[in-house]
Amino acid sequence: MEFLRPATWDEALAAKAENPTALPIAGGTDVMVELNFDVHRPSAILDLNRVTELTEWTNDGAVVRLGASVPYARIIAELSGPLPGLALAARTVGSPQIRNRGGVGGNLGAASPAGDSHPALLAAGRDVFVEAASVRGTRMIPIDDFYLGVKRNCLAADELIRAVHVPVADGPQQFSKIGTRNAMVIAVCAFGFALHPKNGTVGTGIGSAAPTPRRAVEAEEYLRGVLTERGLWESGGPLGAEVVQRFGELVKAAASPIDDVRGTADYRRHALAVMARRTLTWCWNDYGRQIRSAA
Amino acid sequence: MTARTIQGEKNLQKINQAAKDGIGGSPLRPDGNLKVRGEFAYSSDLWHEDMLWGTALRSPHPRANILSVDITEALKVPGVYAVLTHEDIPGAKYYGLEIADQPALAIDRIRYHGEAIALVAADHPETARRAMKRIKVEYEVLTPIVTEEQCLHPETYGYVHEPHEYKSHAHGNICHEQRLVSGLGVTDEVRAMADVIVSGDYEVGMQDQAFLGPESGLAVPAEDGGVDLYIATQWLHVDRQQMAPVLGLPEEKVRLTLAGVGGAFGGREDLSMQIHACLLALHTGKPVKIVYSRDESFFGHVHRHPARMHYEHGATRDGKLVFSDCRIVLDGGAYASASPAVVGNAASLGNGPYVIPNVRMHALALYSNNPSCGAMRGFGAVQAAFGYESQMDKLAAELGMDPVELRQLNAVKQGDLMPTGQEIDAPAPVADLLQRAKDMPLPPPLDTEHPDLRQLPGALSNTSHGEGIVRGVGYSVGIKNVGFSEGFDDYSTARVRLEVIGGEPVAMVHTAMAEVGQGGVTVHAQIARTELGVEQVTIHPANTQVGSAGSTSASRQTYMTGGAVKLAAEAVRRELIDKGRRRYGWTHDDLTLAGGKVVSAAAGPLVSMVDLLGDEAIERTREHRHRPTRPFDKETGQGFGHVQYTFCANRAVVDVDVELGLVKVVELTAVQDVGKALNPLSVVGQIQGGCTQALGLAVMEEIVVRDGKVRNASFTDYLIPTILDTPPIPVEILELPDPNAPYGLRGVGEAPTVSATPSIVAAIRNATGLALNRIPVRPEHLTTEQPG
Repeated sequence: MEFLRPATWDEALAAKAENPTALPIAGGTDVMVELNFDVHRPSAILDLNRVTELTEWTNDGAVVRLGASVPYARIIAELSGPLPGLALAARTVGSPQIRNRGGVGGNLGAASPAGDSHPALLAAGRDVFVEAASVRGTRMIPIDDFYLGVKRNCLAADELIRAVHVPVADGPQQFSKIGTRNAMVIAVCAFGFALHPKNGTVGTGIGSAAPTPRRAVEAEEYLRGVLTERGLWESGGPLGAEVVQRFGELVKAAASPIDDVRGTADYRRHALAVMARRTLTWCWNDYGRQIRSAA
Repeated sequence: MTARTIQGEKNLQKINQAAKDGIGGSPLRPDGNLKVRGEFAYSSDLWHEDMLWGTALRSPHPRANILSVDITEALKVPGVYAVLTHEDIPGAKYYGLEIADQPALAIDRIRYHGEAIALVAADHPETARRAMKRIKVEYEVLTPIVTEEQCLHPETYGYVHEPHEYKSHAHGNICHEQRLVSGLGVTDEVRAMADVIVSGDYEVGMQDQAFLGPESGLAVPAEDGGVDLYIATQWLHVDRQQMAPVLGLPEEKVRLTLAGVGGAFGGREDLSMQIHACLLALHTGKPVKIVYSRDESFFGHVHRHPARMHYEHGATRDGKLVFSDCRIVLDGGAYASASPAVVGNAASLGNGPYVIPNVRMHALALYSNNPSCGAMRGFGAVQAAFGYESQMDKLAAELGMDPVELRQLNAVKQGDLMPTGQEIDAPAPVADLLQRAKDMPLPPPLDTEHPDLRQLPGALSNTSHGEGIVRGVGYSVGIKNVGFSEGFDDYSTARVRLEVIGGEPVAMVHTAMAEVGQGGVTVHAQIARTELGVEQVTIHPANTQVGSAGSTSASRQTYMTGGAVKLAAEAVRRELIDKGRRRYGWTHDDLTLAGGKVVSAAAGPLVSMVDLLGDEAIERTREHRHRPTRPFDKETGQGFGHVQYTFCANRAVVDVDVELGLVKVVELTAVQDVGKALNPLSVVGQIQGGCTQALGLAVMEEIVVRDGKVRNASFTDYLIPTILDTPPIPVEILELPDPNAPYGLRGVGEAPTVSATPSIVAAIRNATGLALNRIPVRPEHLTTEQPG
């Protein structure tokens, strides 16, 4: 097994172009587990730890450009304001040690349906982009096009993930995850939710309940319609139990989970509905308070 | 005279205070700081010049015939020194803890997923693994025998072991069974005496010991043709006893030294890589190290028996138990391991610490193509406790009684008979333990306005901000035996040496006791200090150069090997005092050792040990035996089967998110009689650890097996409690001495593992109103799969 250690981003892209089967590694929190379990025998490992720009983030006020290797611990400490949903998801990742090493780039690269970042990224809206690069150039991949199947994403063999671009939150965001213990657990299922008052939309993201992370499109459309038609964006008034209930049902319907060692399909659907109702309620309560205090 | 004696006692008290850290104190573990700092050398850290790495090829199928094994390609890999199959075994091909029914390497047949077929030794672990993948095995895959129904109908589904191969009392696919009848048994007449009858079917999933240090060791071939094995185990001598015949060596040529043990909990009672490493070392003439990976570890040791149980209890209207009828079916998996003894425990302890005039019990362990099951903390008493304690709650509900009062009304006490007919001839404060658990202050109610997320079910997974949460409280009590039962002579040996080193009297304690984390090394030094009045005690590395210490299991080591250390130290003391009598002509009858001196209670210090010993060393070796026990009668289960009983009561307080089925144990109180706490800090640690392992079984720990295949052989999906799952565990200790035991002590480590699980499930039932007949309780059991 070859071990490639590029010092710069350009060297990394050149190495990946030359060794398209090389497996990129940053925090190693996923790659090393797979290697230890002998799931993969990659011909080469491409170590990105010397490419320090990957651990940087910038915020232009509208969008956060989050380097692929910024560890979860720093997302929690430094980005809870602009990216609250992602920060909440980051808090549920593994142990402190894992959060010190792992980052969103690895989650996207692995593209596991159980990755904790995905529901938060999906909920953050349709203007989330994965910045992928190769010696051929850079593309901005909309998050909705990124996930293709179980542990498959749309990256080309010579591409590396450089950053992810996430709009700065303009409304409340929440993230909930089910695990069978109270910490250090892979999601049985997870749900991300965000209100986007500026463009009058809402965002959802379902984790661990379909072959890929996915959006609950009908639930989003239903809620957007209700909020717009009833003037609730302006009033911040109560949603009503039936709206919350319906939203939960639509989220549930959007999932296509399986039975596995972590949980049953029925339970996953049930829990998604509960998490959808709760996260919507928390966000809407916060939003209502904001509206009332602004008034 | 009286006054002088009192004065003498004060004298002694003063001197004893100087010789600190004797029994009853809580000196810290000698290995504690090293372990916390990550500097302790575990068996996986062993190293030897020129050593090879061994690995095993394991079956991906739970049941198959091996048609052929071709090692040609594996041998061609550069760096490979040996590839061995069962054909290369020089001695006996089978071994086993109680019944030698397990091949050291598979012979023609595969009986469980993960069974070892061939061994590879190479100069690098990666090379060994690569070579292993080049071994070609041709299988005829067979349908595994995995359910109770399949096991009990071998004429339809087949045999795990062909009947003509049985090396024990096995029949059908039943490895071992024990029946028990007491009083009138359970007949229609007996049933008619009960005003109320409750029954239930209960199921316990397969729990794993989940020790953190994987199976590992280093075998070094010796010039005399023998082998030295450095190994993490629970019982050096029984390992040797099983290994020597397979290696074709006399026992004295198989020398074992204990390496650093990273947890055990019963999972190291059976052999894992011991024989494999020695076979490779003897074959290659080079030192061979084997370290299991985490997933291999899940295949490399036995687990707690999963159980299916049917209980029926009858009681009078006022709550007095009339009868109990019970059947416990334990899945023993492919090989016997400790199944017979586990069955004996299930049968004899399976009615709990209750007086029940009429009992019928049938416990059995099956052979199946599931993973082998054997010893784990609580050993046959854990599964049953979930059954009988669930029944007590059901009965209390039926009678409209308080569940604690119902238990107290029927609780055993000293002088009562167990269903085996054995009299409980030591304190048995069961009712009092329950009362104390009940009387402890309850934790404050949940602050639903401003909850701390970390304290809620789901914690920082952020599933609730207080919604859906219901609190529940549950109680339970359990019974466990201490030491090996049913006529087994599990004696312990200790050698104690006293000499002057650097101008100070120093005791050295040498035993073969496996320190697996229980704190025996701390306690042995405490005993030597107390008995010999010295401060400096050296603990000799544990090895087979001294007699057996028996197993570090069954809560027995402080009782048994601690007792042996006490006997040996007393012998050394007697010899030293006799030496003084001979030299100085003392006539005192009140001599003891304290503060490094020979002391008369009346006259005070007489001479320093340094002066009395001079250059001489006094060394004594003693064996310690508990009182003999007897096997249970095969049909009636009657007999003086157990050495000692131990009891623990628990109160669990839980918060359940009833919408999501998530559980947070808020507090888990334990009250236990320990006879005498030799090291109170360690005792509390044992009780808290036992409670935590019980919590794991209640709400998360299970090896998931489908069609004989293990589905979650990793800590990613085999979940054990984290600190956010582990509540405060207030512990109250009672010290009611057992007249039969050294210092009156009672084994500590297992009772809370037996008793705590049912209290947690009872608390969840209290919060949800659900029946919950299976553990571990999973979120779906509380939500989408609600029975009835």
